This record gives sequence, structure tokens and C-alpha cells, in this order.
Amino acid sequence: MSAIKAPPSGAADNSPSATIETTVRPVPGTRGHVTQLRVIRSEWTKLWSLRSTRWTLLVAVLGMAGLGPLIASIQMNRWNQMGPGDRLHFNPINTGLGGYHFAQLAIGVLGVLVLTGEYSTGQIRSSFMAVPKRLPVLWAKAGTFAAVTFVLMLISGLVAFLASQGILTQHHVQTTLGHAPALRALIGSALYLAVLAVFCTSLGAIVRNTAGGIALFAGLLFVLPGLAAILPTSTQNAINPYLPSNAGTTILAGTHEAHTLSAWGGFGLFCGYTAIVLIVAAVLMRRRDA
Amino acid sequence: MVLAAAAADTDPMISVENVTKRYGEKVAVDDLSFEVKPGIVTGFLGPNGAGKSTTMRLILGLDAPTAGNVTIDERHYAELPAPLHEVGAMLEARAIHTGRSAYNHLLALAQTHGIGRRRVQEVIELVGLQDVARKRVGGFSLGMGQRLGVAAALLGDPRVLILDEPANGLDPEGILWIRTLLKRLAKDGRTVFLSSHLMAEMAQTAEHLVVIGRGKLIADTSVEDFVQRASGSAAVRVVSPQATALRDALAAQDARVDSVERGVLEVHGLTGQAIGEIALAENIVLAELTPLQLSLEQAFMRLTGETVEYHTATAESSDDPSSMEVAA
Repeated sequence: MSAIKAPPSGAADNSPSATIETTVRPVPGTRGHVTQLRVIRSEWTKLWSLRSTRWTLLVAVLGMAGLGPLIASIQMNRWNQMGPGDRLHFNPINTGLGGYHFAQLAIGVLGVLVLTGEYSTGQIRSSFMAVPKRLPVLWAKAGTFAAVTFVLMLISGLVAFLASQGILTQHHVQTTLGHAPALRALIGSALYLAVLAVFCTSLGAIVRNTAGGIALFAGLLFVLPGLAAILPTSTQNAINPYLPSNAGTTILAGTHEAHTLSAWGGFGLFCGYTAIVLIVAAVLMRRRDA
Repeated sequence: MVLAAAAADTDPMISVENVTKRYGEKVAVDDLSFEVKPGIVTGFLGPNGAGKSTTMRLILGLDAPTAGNVTIDERHYAELPAPLHEVGAMLEARAIHTGRSAYNHLLALAQTHGIGRRRVQEVIELVGLQDVARKRVGGFSLGMGQRLGVAAALLGDPRVLILDEPANGLDPEGILWIRTLLKRLAKDGRTVFLSSHLMAEMAQTAEHLVVIGRGKLIADTSVEDFVQRASGSAAVRVVSPQATALRDALAAQDARVDSVERGVLEVHGLTGQAIGEIALAENIVLAELTPLQLSLEQAFMRLTGETVEYHTATAESSDDPSSMEVAA
């Protein structure tokens, strides 16, 4: 009863009958504290070690890289039959980066899943036992997923843009990245999707339920604009620019449309919405029982 | 560190002070206070639904108490700078993403503390999961899940282990394994806090017992005391071809001995081990030596005596069969 040894601080176990070895053989400097960087490393492992993540990201990449060129070839095939109105509204930037419509669905759903997947399986309890301050987990999850999204979407966006412009040369309606709005739209599409990743991760943290989180994401991003469209035009024009999806996508629009915010102004507003949702998620994560 | 450990002998490792936890109307833990002393195995006993898991979640900072204070080594769990090195925990409910492999699950946990891959491999081998470590956890049996839970708890080589029903879902071999492991961990000088609804399982491993029912403390006692009190009427069944001689030998030790049938005795007031030793000393052959275990329910009755509170509580819960669950 009194055989209390020093707490095993990594010292080698000299017990003769070491049939079950429970102590760590010390590796200098590994007995460390939880740091934000370490939590990020952990979340990086978590992100890539799920099959669903890899598939969803692959889908997002294929959508982003493939749809623009596909749309471009359809347009080029139909170019001679297109009316003057269509030709007038044709925009090579929007064509090239059109894949974002699809990519945002994949990124949004995955963003929600990043946290609701942990709540539904109980994994969140393991995560919070390792990181009991909890918020580093939220920052790391949102941060890693946003960074991965940004890099992947920038690369696939670039592929889509270049391939599309190549196709658009058929009728000499292409543009180049030397054109300032084109460069802004390319980087903007990756930025928009990265911020969307944070937005949806936060939604997942608030709702903690996959179906609910995805419904909320789809409701805010896709249903609200549809509802606004039934309102009288004056009301519509007053509301539309401030809807999250409309504000967020100003940064990747090829041309500035009427009744929308400026490219950076709209994107800034979307970042503001995201910050609010993220703060709500953080407060709730700290306060609620896991 | 040795000095610190000696000093810690008197200080509780885990301290639960007047803790109440309410979920809406339901009171899961009701003004509960107890201490878990360092360096020994403390059993946390109570029927299903008694509040054991809730108490463990409160200790681990997963749930916040409605009132009261829970500390580990005088700090709240959330204040521990490296919790996995201080406390290793396995909760009863699965706490693992089913889509991830055992290896990646452990690796992700290890990385939060900068624990290396070698230790991950070590704990996988320690719990015997090396053949399935790269497979998705979703396909694991309950027993494999428990082993993975133990691996996660041991990852940081912690001083304190908190295990919720670790024997659950394990086959006999697995139960023997966990028992050996727990004894080994305790021998290392670790504090082990272990819950179970099976009294017999607890008597095998724990030195001290904290018993709760309906969220309230029923007993905080050493296992010896508990066994003595509970075994006041608990009997050991002994089968021997020399029953008569054994009967006389046992009676000489102040045991109460009943003859059940020819060659079969029921002995009160002595442990199985004591009976075996007496038989050995007297050169008496034993054919069978079986402790007749008290059901948990009976043990509670015995422990609580005429505690009206608990009796009424039991009556109220008669619609809940799980609270009446008895030891196997």
C-alpha cells in the first residue's frame, strides 16, 4: 500500500518482470505541453486520415479544375449560334472560374463535417481531453481546413483558368492573368472558398449535428438568394448585396454587376459574417458540455 | 520527485468537493464529495445510471459542474498544461471517430503533446492491436475498442488513470489482461480510478472503494472493510470429500458453517483464501471452493443499512431494471 514510487516521469522501468511495458523510454524534449502548433499538426493528421475528407476534396478539386474548361468548350461550340445579348454578357473570367459553384458545395459540406463528424462519433471527447482549453481545436480545425482549401482551390482554379482561356482562343474571347480583374478573381475564388471553409466549420461547431449543419449552410448560402428573388425589386436590391453568398462572391466576379457591393467590400462583409459565426462557435464551444 | 511523491501521499490526487450536476430537471450527481488518493487503485462502484460516467466527465472537464469543485492535483483539468501526461482516461462511451484507423487516432492525440510515433507504436503493441492498427476503427469489436481506449489512456504515460468500465465487452482473456495491466500500473505507483457496476470485478483490482447510488455517496471505504462488511453473510461454497473434518477445522476458526448437502458446505465469515489455507494446514482435500458473490443490490443494502433515502430511491426506480442490475 505504501509502495509509492516517484511518478513515472519517463524513467526507464527497471522492474524485472516487465511483461507489460507501460512506461515511456524517454526521448529528450518530448514531454511537452499542448501548443497551438501541435494542435494544428494533430488536426492536419485528422483531416487527411479520413476517407471522406480525401474524396470530398478530390471532388472539389475536380469540380473547380474541370467545370470551367467544360463550360468554355460548350460556349465555343455554340458561339456562332449565340445571340448578341449572350455574347455581350460573355465573360472569360466567369467562364474559367465557374467551377467554384460546384466546389463551394463540397467545401461547405466538408467544413460542416469537420466538427459534426467529431460530435456524432464522440471523438470530440478525446479531442477535448487532449486539449481541454478547447479553442485551440477550433482554431486549428478552421485554420488547417481553410489553408488546405486555399491552396487546392488556387491551384485547381489556375488550371481551370488557363485551360479555359486556351479553349476560348477559338473565338479570340480569352483573357490573361495580366488583366487585373482576372488575377483578382482567381485569387479571390480561392480566398472566398477558404473563408467559406471557416464559415462552415463554425456552423458545424454551433449546430453539432451533421444534417442540421448542412441544412443551415445550404439555407444561408443557397436558399436565401432564392427567397430574396421573389421579393419586390426595390426590396431585393436593398437586401441582395448583403446576403452572405452574394457578398462573398463579389471578389471573384469578372465584372461588377449592378446592386452588388464592390469586390473587396463584399468580400470584407463576408469575412465579417464569418468572424461573427466563428466567435459564436468559440463561445459555445467553451461553455457547453461535450 | 520522490519527495514530491511522499508529500503527495497525504494529498488527494483527485478531489471532488460538493459537486452537483443537473441536466435540465434530472440530477445526475447530487452534492458528491470524495477523494482519490495517489498511488492506489480506487474503485468507483455503483449501479448503471448512478452517475459514475457523469462524475468522470466532470473530473475530465468535459462537463461543467452545476455546483462544487473538481480538481486533479489541485488544478482544474482544463488548467493542466499537458493533460495527457497527467491523466489518461478511457470513457465508457466510444470517443473515437469510426472512419479513422487506430494508428491515426492515436497519432493525432499524440501530436497535440508532441509525443512521437514510437510511443504510438508502443502503446499499440502494449494493448495487442498491432495487426489491426491500420484498419478503420468502425470495424472494431467492442473488445478491440476497449483496447484502443486503454492505448489512448496510456499514450502520455500519465500518473493518473481514469477508466470507465474497462472490462466491458472484453472476453475472459481480455478481462484477465486488463486486470493484470491495472495491477501493473498500480505497481508502477500510478493512481488508478476505475469504475464498474460489477462488485466482484472491483474486489479483484481495487484497494479503496467509492460507492455511489443515484448520484449520492453511499460509501467511501477500503476494500477490506467493504468485503468484511458485505461478507458478513456472504458465503463461500466448499465441496470436499472430507467435509466433516473441514467443518470442524473451520468451526474452530469461529466460522459459521452450514451443511448444504452431503460433502457441500457453506461457510460464513471466512474468505475463500482463508478456507483454502486452513484446508491445506489440515491436509484436507478441496474439490471446489466458490465464493458466493453478493449481488450489487445486496451489497448496497448491506452497506447502506437502513438508509431510508436509498430504499425509497430504489422503490422509485423500480421501473428502471438497469438500476437493479446484479453482479454476474
